[in-house]
Amino acid sequence: MSVSGKSVLKRLDWFSVLIYISLVFIGWINIYSSTFTDDNPSIFNFASLHGKQLFFIGTSAVAIVIILALEANFYERFSSLFYIISTALLLGLFVFGKTIAGATSWYDLGFFNLQPSEFAKVATALALAKYLSDIQTDIKRQKDQIIAILILLIPAFLIIPQPDPGSALVFFALIFVIFREGLPLYYLGIGFMVILIFILTLMFGTIWVSIILGLLLALFLLLKKPSFKVPIIPVGLIYVAIVLFSLSVNFVFNSVFEQRHRDRFSLWLRLEKDPKKLEEIRRDIGYNTYQSEKAIESGGKYGKGFLEGTRTKGDFVPEQHTDYIFSTVGEEWGFVGTASVVILFTTLLLRLVYLAERQKNDFSRMYGYGVISILFVHYFINIGMVIGVLPTIGIPLPFFSYGGSGLLFFTALLFIFLKLDANRLNELT
Amino acid sequence: MRKILLSSIILLVGITFIGRLSYLQIFSFSPNQILEDPAIKAVYDYPERGYIYDRNGKLLVANQPAYDVMVIPREVKPLDTLEFCKLLGIDKERFVSQLKKARVYSPRLPSVLVPQLSKEDYGRLQEKMRRFEGFYIQKRSLRYYDTNSGANVLGYISEVNEWDLERNPSYAAGELKGTTGIEKEYETILRGRKGVKYIQKDRFNRDIGPYKSGTLDTLPEQGKQITVTIDKILQEYGEKLMIGKHGGIVALEPASGEILALISGPTYDPALLVGRERSKNYSKLHYDTISKPTFDRSILASQSPGSPFKTINALVALQEGAITPETTFHCYNGFYVGKRKRGCHCGGGTRNLNSGIYLSCNAYFAGAFRKIYDQFPTSAEGMDVWEKHVKSFGLGTFLGYDLPTGRPGRIPNKEYYNRIYGDNRWSSSTIISNSIGQGEVEVTPIQLANMTAAIANRGHYFTPHVLKKIGADDISIPEFTEAKHTTIDRKYFEPVVQGMAEVYKKGTAARLQIEGIEIAGKTGTVENFTRINGVRTQLTDNSVFVAFAPVDNPKIAIAVYIENGYFGSRYAGHIASLMIEKYLKGEITRVDLEKRMLEKTLEDEYAKPYSGQPFKINERVW
Repeated sequence: MSVSGKSVLKRLDWFSVLIYISLVFIGWINIYSSTFTDDNPSIFNFASLHGKQLFFIGTSAVAIVIILALEANFYERFSSLFYIISTALLLGLFVFGKTIAGATSWYDLGFFNLQPSEFAKVATALALAKYLSDIQTDIKRQKDQIIAILILLIPAFLIIPQPDPGSALVFFALIFVIFREGLPLYYLGIGFMVILIFILTLMFGTIWVSIILGLLLALFLLLKKPSFKVPIIPVGLIYVAIVLFSLSVNFVFNSVFEQRHRDRFSLWLRLEKDPKKLEEIRRDIGYNTYQSEKAIESGGKYGKGFLEGTRTKGDFVPEQHTDYIFSTVGEEWGFVGTASVVILFTTLLLRLVYLAERQKNDFSRMYGYGVISILFVHYFINIGMVIGVLPTIGIPLPFFSYGGSGLLFFTALLFIFLKLDANRLNELT
Repeated sequence: MRKILLSSIILLVGITFIGRLSYLQIFSFSPNQILEDPAIKAVYDYPERGYIYDRNGKLLVANQPAYDVMVIPREVKPLDTLEFCKLLGIDKERFVSQLKKARVYSPRLPSVLVPQLSKEDYGRLQEKMRRFEGFYIQKRSLRYYDTNSGANVLGYISEVNEWDLERNPSYAAGELKGTTGIEKEYETILRGRKGVKYIQKDRFNRDIGPYKSGTLDTLPEQGKQITVTIDKILQEYGEKLMIGKHGGIVALEPASGEILALISGPTYDPALLVGRERSKNYSKLHYDTISKPTFDRSILASQSPGSPFKTINALVALQEGAITPETTFHCYNGFYVGKRKRGCHCGGGTRNLNSGIYLSCNAYFAGAFRKIYDQFPTSAEGMDVWEKHVKSFGLGTFLGYDLPTGRPGRIPNKEYYNRIYGDNRWSSSTIISNSIGQGEVEVTPIQLANMTAAIANRGHYFTPHVLKKIGADDISIPEFTEAKHTTIDRKYFEPVVQGMAEVYKKGTAARLQIEGIEIAGKTGTVENFTRINGVRTQLTDNSVFVAFAPVDNPKIAIAVYIENGYFGSRYAGHIASLMIEKYLKGEITRVDLEKRMLEKTLEDEYAKPYSGQPFKINERVW
């Protein structure tokens, strides 16, 4: 290999780096604001949360240097090892784990609480890319499909009992990588249909769902080209299956779900028609979301200004410096701020897709997709929850939320890919 | 497809998020943030409500401190309930239930435990209060009345209700506002502007400092004191005379339209509607449906004016050339409408304008009234002219005085009669009762007084009003300071005024003459009816009197309306005479007359229709 440090910096995708720096900076500004008190205004106070976050940012910078300095094929070569280590660490939590806020997700390292599920995200993305890019793997084969999916499911199922369903969900997102590499799309189609019918049934009831579906089917039969033969029996069976599924949704929702689950859906899909009761549910189980929505709403177009967010100051939004950090942006910077952050994330993700697609090396491309999937699902679920379009699932906003492990491993996740990208021309040799 | 799948989802999610954010932050955004924000508490600093003085600078209404015992349920520690209840002067059940109510309302926020302690109770409690944690005493300002009169005109203040809160965002729950009378009319002047401090709260409702370092805070602006046109002495005297009588007295200063006294009987002590017993007293007053003390008869009782209205008909007839002062009509102890005879008390004989007025001859005014109409081709045209003249005296309108309630009375017009009798199927004979102030015309006492003032001024009046000064400045409201002219020429007033002066010399009020003061007046004895179990029943006549004095350069114009007082010269005449003397001389020389008025009541008369027994009317009691 003939890569010098200089050429890494030259070939590094600075556009992505710039967005990364912007997000980290904006995130820190908002952490500062949401943890700011009048008697503790110093920026460099390492006892305060914003001070600690500054320290984590420094640590991440060091990590970036190390990541970029290491040889590109180091990551591919040791990906299996990382995966094994991360699995071991997740298992170890059952014995040595430290419980914070009800979840046994941390190792207490004295100066620092390490969250192995963050490490596992990087490791799994690497391991999946490694497995899929293996010359012997053929994703069209069912056996290989199952192994690929197992690579995701093992850490996911180790994390669920912590309990941390939010983080577990992230691993499922890696399925995008497998799709990109050839997993038949109807898997996704079926999954999407299942979710859609579930929601539609809750909102409109089985009867309407079957009627509308029947009408759509009839319309299709009427408008189709005469030459196109419709396999009547399978289509009929699918229709019956959908109706049965829709019926079972009602049963599951009413008999298997507990009231608190039902309430979440009632709130999310506005199933409760009585506005008073809806408001009650909203204030009760939807308290966090209610407060964050109100805080964002109160920001208006241009926001109340830096350090001027009254609801932020009054600690009305719980977990505001971690999962609900976006509400601070909304309150203090208004629509201008929130839209900018959404645009920054969208741009970064699209840029990463572009970078992934230009990889000559299969491993780099697949890992790139892994990075995009993980970042996207965090961003999607977190902001969706904070602005009240998704039900409450505790998951941090990448680069933004307060937290050392999170920032460090999101940074690692991204910069390993940027390193691979910077090295792509060397791969030809 | 595989390559663009993820990109499409990313874009779609981005667009959805921006859509949702624009909905939240642009469309749902309400500009009234500061008051809706749970993180900001507005603490108000209430200025003292402005005092009210009478026309001579005598205090009418001031403020007094009141002390509420407040409780913050969460902070209450176990205490000696028995001792505490004894200190507060309440029983234990009430204490327990109030405390529970407060806890239900909010464990963190203060609630009133015992409202409005007296000064003495406060003194006793103050030093011991420290021992009872979770309780404290909050000072409030209540109205203090330096008179027990004028409740109807001064009005009262009460807590704002939901309706006020919705309509007027400057009020907050629990604040007081003027609900009736002057307190309501001049609310914004008396109230001043409350100051506000915005305090940043955390989610536990703890203070964490001023919001925006206090840059949005405002200081309270004191309420201004106002001086009203009411003469405290006259008002109090009038109310004393009205004890046991139902009706209204309105006294005006003709040269300015200032209301000297606005008396409604029966009335109540304004202090009843202040303090702890307020709601109890209020229901008692409100549900007294027989004497209706909260019904301000001086401006709300719309009734037939009776004979004083003859003066207006005389003026209209003169103006229209229907009569001259020398025109005579013969009275046959009454007059004929077709074949029906209508009675008259004047004694019969030939009457001209002068004697027609001082003897209050019905036949004379019926004749004059007919002559007005006879000049026009149709009754409808006559009616239009008559209506125009009558209304120019402020009758049939709300007058525009500065009190929040009123009635327009009724001056009928051609549409009114067309509706009753059919188009043009009526004539001056049909509506002849209006000639003597019976029939369809209705007026309120204040309109009657204003009409008298217009006669006293020989053709113009000033809109009656109660506001004299705001702070130290005389009012300059054109509505009140500019004269309103009637449609009757000045020259026609003198003969009518002469007739009215004769009323006191040799007419219906000859015995009510005050020495040294020349008065012009007019009696009225008004037939009236009620319904008892659906049967139209006549009651004893209402006693009405209007007067102004002195005849030249009048200082006071007064209208007195006493329900079921029989002859105009009896109750109303006496009261008018006493009021005039009190106002012009400052003391009463005719002690017997005064004594009689103070002692006589009409309670027996008012009890009659409710007795369930047949009863006699118009009894000669004295």
